[in-house]
Amino acid sequence: MTLDRPKKKNPQIRTRVPTLPPGARSRAALGMAVMAAQGKFALQHCDECGAVQYPPREACAACLSSALSWKGTEPYGKLLAETRIQASPDPYFRERLPWRMGSVRLEAGPVVLAHLVGVGRGDRVKMELRLDRAGQGVMVARPVERSEDMEDDPVLRAMGTHPKHRRILISDATQPVARPLIDALMAAGADHVFAGIPEMWRRPPGMAAVEGLENVSLVPLDVTDQQGLKDAASEIGGKVDILINTARHIRPGGVMGHDTTAARDEMEVNALGLMRLAQAFGPAMAGRTADGVNASAALITILSAHALSPDPAFGAFNASQAAARSVVQTLRAEFAGAGLRVMAVYTGPTDDEWHQPLPPPKVAPKALARAIVEGLQLGHEEVFCGDVARDLAERWQQNPALLEREITGGGA
Amino acid sequence: MSTPYDGVVLTCPITVPYVRYSNETAHWWIARALRGALQAADLSPRDIDGLSVSSFTLFPDTPVGLTQHLGLSLRYLDTIPMGGASGVVAARRAARAVQAGDVDIVACVAGDANRIDSFRNLLSAFSRFSLDASYPYGFGGPNATFALIMDAYMAEYGATRDDFGRIAVAQRANALRNPQALMKKPLTLEAYLNARMISDPVGLFDCVMSCAGSEAFLVMREDEAIRRNLPFARLRGSIEAHNAFPDDPVQLRGGWARDIDALYYQAGCGPADIDLLQTYDDYPVISMMQIEDLGFCDKGDAAAFVRDHDLTIDGDFPHNTSGGQLSAGQAGAAGGYLGFVEAIRQVTGQAGPTQVADARLAMVSGFGMVNYDRGVCSAVGILEGVE
Repeated sequence: MTLDRPKKKNPQIRTRVPTLPPGARSRAALGMAVMAAQGKFALQHCDECGAVQYPPREACAACLSSALSWKGTEPYGKLLAETRIQASPDPYFRERLPWRMGSVRLEAGPVVLAHLVGVGRGDRVKMELRLDRAGQGVMVARPVERSEDMEDDPVLRAMGTHPKHRRILISDATQPVARPLIDALMAAGADHVFAGIPEMWRRPPGMAAVEGLENVSLVPLDVTDQQGLKDAASEIGGKVDILINTARHIRPGGVMGHDTTAARDEMEVNALGLMRLAQAFGPAMAGRTADGVNASAALITILSAHALSPDPAFGAFNASQAAARSVVQTLRAEFAGAGLRVMAVYTGPTDDEWHQPLPPPKVAPKALARAIVEGLQLGHEEVFCGDVARDLAERWQQNPALLEREITGGGA
Repeated sequence: MSTPYDGVVLTCPITVPYVRYSNETAHWWIARALRGALQAADLSPRDIDGLSVSSFTLFPDTPVGLTQHLGLSLRYLDTIPMGGASGVVAARRAARAVQAGDVDIVACVAGDANRIDSFRNLLSAFSRFSLDASYPYGFGGPNATFALIMDAYMAEYGATRDDFGRIAVAQRANALRNPQALMKKPLTLEAYLNARMISDPVGLFDCVMSCAGSEAFLVMREDEAIRRNLPFARLRGSIEAHNAFPDDPVQLRGGWARDIDALYYQAGCGPADIDLLQTYDDYPVISMMQIEDLGFCDKGDAAAFVRDHDLTIDGDFPHNTSGGQLSAGQAGAAGGYLGFVEAIRQVTGQAGPTQVADARLAMVSGFGMVNYDRGVCSAVGILEGVE
């Protein structure tokens, strides 16, 4: 099955009001969303007897221990039974019938109900935990081998953020990541890229790299210019399906020994800029999350992994990153009702002029671009790009206080 | 072996006619059924000292609130939240309490409201596992759950939609003799097969119609029933099981199978002695499983069994004589009483237009509560009418 490119939209036709799949979950089941956000297949395992549990619960169904931990789990199973739901009282599914689902016996033990993508009864299947439009983690059973157009399946398309046939705005296309990002998006089937250029009148460095490309149009855009953003949104806001915020202001230095000029600029671009972008483009995007094949899908921002715990050598910049991360978390809550995904891509030191004296590993613009597009293709919410970011995230998840001591050397 | 239920009887079966949609509350429906049962026994509300209630729609009340609401003063108050297994379970627990002398007369009542949006509201908060792990996958409700079970059953045992259709068609024929059944039109096998699909392989006529209604009966000592000149039935045996076969990956058998031999031993009879069977029929596939698990045929042979038998009132295997939930309607938790109350009527000769000739021994099985991927509760009772 392949997804056809949508026809030009008739502006007189009413845009379908977004509905969401059932979003209520127990506290334990929220763990599925945490794992799905990072693209991990994990279930609760009993710390004492090892039994794998599903659905999520409070006590082990084998030994009653309440020590249950989310752990990576073998994602394979057998499809026991399947159905095509053709009637549902839920408005979200009602608009998308028929809907295929089935029950899978995991090789790890439990039986799970799952969305079905290209599999039938008796098949050995591979399981994925995905975020659905309600932002909750759900089970998807798909063929063991991923096929090229698998993500075109209506089940995955409905919950996903794949760039195929979508129109994407890159907020600052003068950044080193912009050109490889455009290339990766186009390779993934994107329909059009709006490349935002700050201070376009002065032809900023980096602009030449994105000029004259097919299906790419340059748009004057500056995340510090509220009126300019408003103007751009009134021009192209109804056609932005995915917004990738690449705008970034970075200067080395901690908190002491400077005035706050650089820190102020960093806050302006990195934290307030994200807020302004969301304010300008968010409402139109939030209204279009059910708008057919190229419904709006996601807002992405790039963050330093040190948003989680600062590197004092970039202390002021990291403060802006922590602020931006906080903005991301609030935006998630604010866009949840519309089903608009807010994705954060955490990166380690990027291979650019501002990190020039740092030793490797550093994240190449191409790798960052790939991570963003892959995250979109798989519908992730938290993406960690490069070894530094992954390592930092893992240590942060284990023990944030210890991580702070390790990086900063501790307090007095 | 379980102690017999000597000296305790079931009497005064009441069905308050079902209505597809009604603005009345569960309290109203329960009061109607309770009043009917008490009137049949010539009792006033203050004469009973026990109440057992099954209902999904009493919120914010529980049966505790019903005591004041209905003016009851009790020694025994039970709530059986087991959906389709409620009737048998309510009866067997009440019977033991009466037998032990904890209480004299227990009114067992089930009833539910059904407003236009009741079913959706009920579904949306049915169980935690449903919220977490079932509804997000298409929100097909029980239709989807039983579609998966039916799909696996068909693949395992070779049953076809024709076979399931026979059950639905026979029950509709029974329902046409029950003036209170909601379904009034005849159903042909062709119409069953051509009906629109709800969740493959579950079609329209595999599904019950939710409605409002209530059912009740009384449990008392035999001498009390005789003194009041009431026709009554004895409970010859009963079993219940919850999450009976947790390791079965798909529910191809129910909890009935676990202790069925003990049940027949307690009742002192076998499948061949049963004059009529009331199964819990939210989907014919579940009735088929019951026919197997209750010992009327071997596992996997129910399709052949229903092909070889006539399941109507006058047939050689009378089954769901009032039309069952498929044709009489499913009044919430009262669906778990429908077969039981009809069985009391049958074995006491009070079934009127649906009466099976010479019905003495009836088996009633219940099945309830899809917590996640299967029905969790099951129960069976064998009732004997007394001349």
